Amino acid sequence: MTKEAHELNLPADIKYAKAHEWARVDGEIVIVGLDDYAQDQLGDIVFVEMPEVGETFDKDSVFANVESVKAVSECYSPVSGEIVEINERLEDEPELVNNDCYGDGWFVKIKATNLAEMDSLMDHEKCRASVKGE
Amino acid sequence: MTEKVGTTGLVLSEKLLWEKSRPGRCGMSIPKRDVEESPLDDSLTGEGPELPELSEIDVIRHYTRLSTWNYGVDTGTYPLGSCTMKYNPKTNERQAALPGFAGAHPLLPTEKAQGALEIMHTLEQAFAEITGLDAVTLQPAAGAHGEMTGMLVIHAYHKKQGRQRTKVLIPDTAHGTNPASVALCGYEPIPVVSDENGILSVESVAAVMDEDVAGIMVTNPNTLGLYEENLKQIAALIHAKGGLVYGDGANLNAVMGIVQMGKVGIDVMHLNLHKTFSTPHGGGGPGSGPVCVTRELEPYLPVPRVTKTGDLFDLDWNRPDSIGKLGAFYGHFGVMLRAYAYLRMMGAAGLKKTSQLAVLNANYVKEQLRDTLHLAYDRPCMHECIFSDKNQKPHHITTMDMAKRLIDHGYHPPTVYFPLVVEGAIMFEPTESESKDELDQYIAAFKAVAQEATENPDALHQAPKATVVRRLDETTAARKPCLAG
Repeated sequence: MTKEAHELNLPADIKYAKAHEWARVDGEIVIVGLDDYAQDQLGDIVFVEMPEVGETFDKDSVFANVESVKAVSECYSPVSGEIVEINERLEDEPELVNNDCYGDGWFVKIKATNLAEMDSLMDHEKCRASVKGE
Repeated sequence: MTEKVGTTGLVLSEKLLWEKSRPGRCGMSIPKRDVEESPLDDSLTGEGPELPELSEIDVIRHYTRLSTWNYGVDTGTYPLGSCTMKYNPKTNERQAALPGFAGAHPLLPTEKAQGALEIMHTLEQAFAEITGLDAVTLQPAAGAHGEMTGMLVIHAYHKKQGRQRTKVLIPDTAHGTNPASVALCGYEPIPVVSDENGILSVESVAAVMDEDVAGIMVTNPNTLGLYEENLKQIAALIHAKGGLVYGDGANLNAVMGIVQMGKVGIDVMHLNLHKTFSTPHGGGGPGSGPVCVTRELEPYLPVPRVTKTGDLFDLDWNRPDSIGKLGAFYGHFGVMLRAYAYLRMMGAAGLKKTSQLAVLNANYVKEQLRDTLHLAYDRPCMHECIFSDKNQKPHHITTMDMAKRLIDHGYHPPTVYFPLVVEGAIMFEPTESESKDELDQYIAAFKAVAQEATENPDALHQAPKATVVRRLDETTAARKPCLAG
């Protein structure tokens, strides 16, 4: 059963992209994952196809694919930059995305080329409003 | 409610072959060696694979029991949306088994295979007439193979114009294989979003159409079961900028004898004989995906082409612009024979009636269930209709719960969770095969399930109950697949 907008866990200290990727700034690194809405809508995630360390992506380009029991979905990079680390645990434990999407279920760390791109992302209130269709 | 169709009669459980295996058991006797012993090379010896050891009757019972678990359109209603699971008349099999056809070798010289070539030639003409296009190849082995063939033709066309393009437009209501076919041909798929009515708008296509776009790939009627009303204007727009229009014919069953897609502006279209033309579908295949094109694109079709000069049929290999040969021979000839039998049995008037009844049946289901299930698009549908689980959500019942419970009532569920543009989608395609009586029973079963959803939701959460196995753990099966015995 999917969650209602008010039931979603959307922490205030991170930013959200339109396709429900989250981004957290840590120095010049941006940590990226899927938010609670995305993992909830996708249902049980069974496979995550990751980029390789060293690959570069433009903002809004596809950097990963997520397969759930329902569908395969693309993940779009919330910022431009180079992949400096990927969460290797997801290879064997894709369920971490469902169980702990903001913690152990993170996807990649990106060395951002332009941190100002973070300003174009939504805060938690806007994100919740977009789920409600406001 | 009358007696349930689903029972728990004598349905036997069955273990895996490895679980039934007993050391030393064997289903055959190998004759005594009558030649000198000769040692094998070391690289060929060692531990063998772990295969089950069973007697002949063990194996026969195993597969016979499994076969009793099968469900198909010969068993009952099988309304998988987007699949056109229609009944396959048994005369198709009879005609395909005629010794002159069944025994024909693909390497027979053409003068000894005139009958087979005539069938292929006639079938090509019939498909040209149905689609309103000019030339047809029967070679593609299935629908997605047809898509790839069609895209290769488009690719070859642009190359011949001296300027290759880079992108192909794909609406979000297209078939799932379309973006893959495009990518395989080296093009980048560009998504186009359908409007609030579930169809493409001219504006949304205009916004992304430019001279790097090789064409658009449209499924019409689309996967929402809706007719693309703006296709003619969209095709004009694509043509004006030098692009081509590909039509995915997966849903042709809705429009035979009613719309000729060539007249709407489609340049390339594949058909699925295993959907629209009543040849076996799915595991019962193989399929067949003929591609129909305009006169302008004919030079690019695969070789060999079936030709007719006077009363003589031949195979023409001399086509310098052709994309080449697709398979070992000329396509799935046995499937073509079945489609030919169907076409000749139905005739032009029969095919038109088929489409009319397929659309009528879908609209009947839509109207009968509209107060039970949430209707995704409240407008007349074509050959399939789409609901969602929105009405059942307050009772914490999902599409999956209802689909599983339907099995307890003895009915195969419709397509679920597809297309993706409708959340919790439930998609019916009854086809023309089902009588009103059959549809009424199916609808009654679905209504009974929906009633349970409000009165006894637990019955749905625990469904299916009357089956050999209960609800399977699909998540673990996908995360930790066990592929060994």
